[in-house]
Amino acid sequence: MPELRKERLDRGVKVRSDTIYALSSMKEIMFLVGPGLLLILLLLVLPLVVSPYWQRVMAITGVYALLSISFGFLANYVGLVCLGGALYVGVGGYLSGLMNAAGLPLIICIPLATFLGALLCTLLLLPCLPLRGVYFAIVSFIYPLLAGRLIAATGFYGGTDGIPGLDTLPNIWITLYLAILILLIILYGISRMVNYEDVGLVFRGVKDNELAIKASALDLTWYKVQAVYISAVMGCFAGAYLAHLYGWVGLSLFAIDFSILPVAATVVGGSGTLYGPLLGALILVPASEAMRAFGTLRIVFYAVLLVFFVVFWTEGILDFLKRKYEQFEHWVRI
Amino acid sequence: MEIIIYGIVNSLTLILMSIGFALAYGVSRIPNFAHGALFILTGYLTWLLRFRMDMPYGLAILLSLIIVAIIGVALYQIILIRVRGMPISEIIASFGVGLAILEFLRWSGLKGTAHMLPPFMSGSMLIFDVPLDYQRIIVVLGGVSVLLFLWFFTTYTKPGLSLKAIAQNERAGLVLGIDSDIAATLAVAIGAVFAGIAAIILLPLGNIVVEMGYEVLVFAIAVSVCGGLGSWKGAVIASFLIGFAQTITVSLVAPHYHFVTALFIIIMVLIFKPSGLFGRQKELEERV
Repeated sequence: MPELRKERLDRGVKVRSDTIYALSSMKEIMFLVGPGLLLILLLLVLPLVVSPYWQRVMAITGVYALLSISFGFLANYVGLVCLGGALYVGVGGYLSGLMNAAGLPLIICIPLATFLGALLCTLLLLPCLPLRGVYFAIVSFIYPLLAGRLIAATGFYGGTDGIPGLDTLPNIWITLYLAILILLIILYGISRMVNYEDVGLVFRGVKDNELAIKASALDLTWYKVQAVYISAVMGCFAGAYLAHLYGWVGLSLFAIDFSILPVAATVVGGSGTLYGPLLGALILVPASEAMRAFGTLRIVFYAVLLVFFVVFWTEGILDFLKRKYEQFEHWVRI
Repeated sequence: MEIIIYGIVNSLTLILMSIGFALAYGVSRIPNFAHGALFILTGYLTWLLRFRMDMPYGLAILLSLIIVAIIGVALYQIILIRVRGMPISEIIASFGVGLAILEFLRWSGLKGTAHMLPPFMSGSMLIFDVPLDYQRIIVVLGGVSVLLFLWFFTTYTKPGLSLKAIAQNERAGLVLGIDSDIAATLAVAIGAVFAGIAAIILLPLGNIVVEMGYEVLVFAIAVSVCGGLGSWKGAVIASFLIGFAQTITVSLVAPHYHFVTALFIIIMVLIFKPSGLFGRQKELEERV
């Protein structure tokens, strides 16, 4: 048997649209913006065609997608592996719930909880920012566990029962399109920031070479704080939104699912970009919903899938699709 | 007096729970986040062999320890070997395996309070006027003997030294003829057996429940992170610190806070002494 190897060549349209001539024909423009446009259209149209049950699933998918993007942003662009998704959700949800229970209307509660909650989360994580890699991951993972146990033990804010009877978002259309709109704005904003702004460059510097950042007379911790704040804003919004989706806040807002699923989404979707975690969340959450009939066995499927992706298919789905989209592949004889 | 005695028991419980993890992660830098799952798995296997297949207790224990060791070897050879050197992937992969095992056990019927291992000896005795049942005394003895074994193993035997070597400097180890994959396999397998031994000693004190698997994992991480890596002495001191802190909070404040204390201590140690209680310079570098 002759030995073969796979040769990959860029498609013609990719080579042409990579350069300044991108705007020369409709076909090339569509090649560049097509995938993004498809995503936006899909997100905008899907709520109109699915059943009410799946509309709610979509809203929850949006929450997880936000958390995944927040995780992916910190991990891929700033180099902080933050497993504190549940902390963001919990803090955002509880703040918004408390303010709502005190009588403030939703339109004030949610934004206030988002920004104040993010500030609080950033302050909590501030002392651990010098830690690296696994240690930061461990500490940030412990925070939500600790917060949950503390609330259960002290009985603050309703203790294990939570605070029921909060206002819910007015109707399913507002609920869904709020999530989708925020998701799209955040995607656009973050991808502009990390790709075209100076601060994006600094963030990558923080990830790749801390000494270079210090040598440039930039304050390392300050940039890490900014990055954590940005990701906490996303997470706290997700939490506040979730609280008013259910009309209830409780200890389940600190559940480890919110910390673990973003990791799974990033692993499955593919790391290195913002869209990988998004894609992962868009696949995993509905899939897990569809497997609800299997009970706890679905967590087993989940875990096996996760291990499979980490060990055997590390590039993730997004990079795989991107390769198929941009390149030809064929076997050649060595 | 009660605090001291139960503090000691609690600390040795922590040592038992975490020593396997501390050996794999602390001594040779292989994070085995399936530790808690292996702990529960051993307990459940022993229960199955003892009560479903009517084996003698000793044989059941031996068999399930062997099975867990084989699972440990498989875990390294099939999964971890492919992601070696990428800490986050190692953690995700091994945690995934642990999650799969635990949730599979839950699905296949490990629920409720029906599963209990019999204690080795029932009854209790008074030590300084504090009643202590024999199983807890076995916990203390077991903890101490596991520690002694580990100290002997990593100080005086070649395989034990090779475990230390691959953590300190893998290349130098390779030059000196240490096959780092074999050493790492050994570390994971021994870690798994220690998890199993801990399960067999500790589980008779309560029910076999899946949630305990997660708890064991958290305590194991707590102890090895606080203790500083590479030094099992640090892990021992950390166990005593956390164990006593827990016992004191339970008896003086309220039993709910027992988990909170452990988590709080980890955060404080990592913030104020990032290299762990007994960490040295090299470890500081990789943490901060």
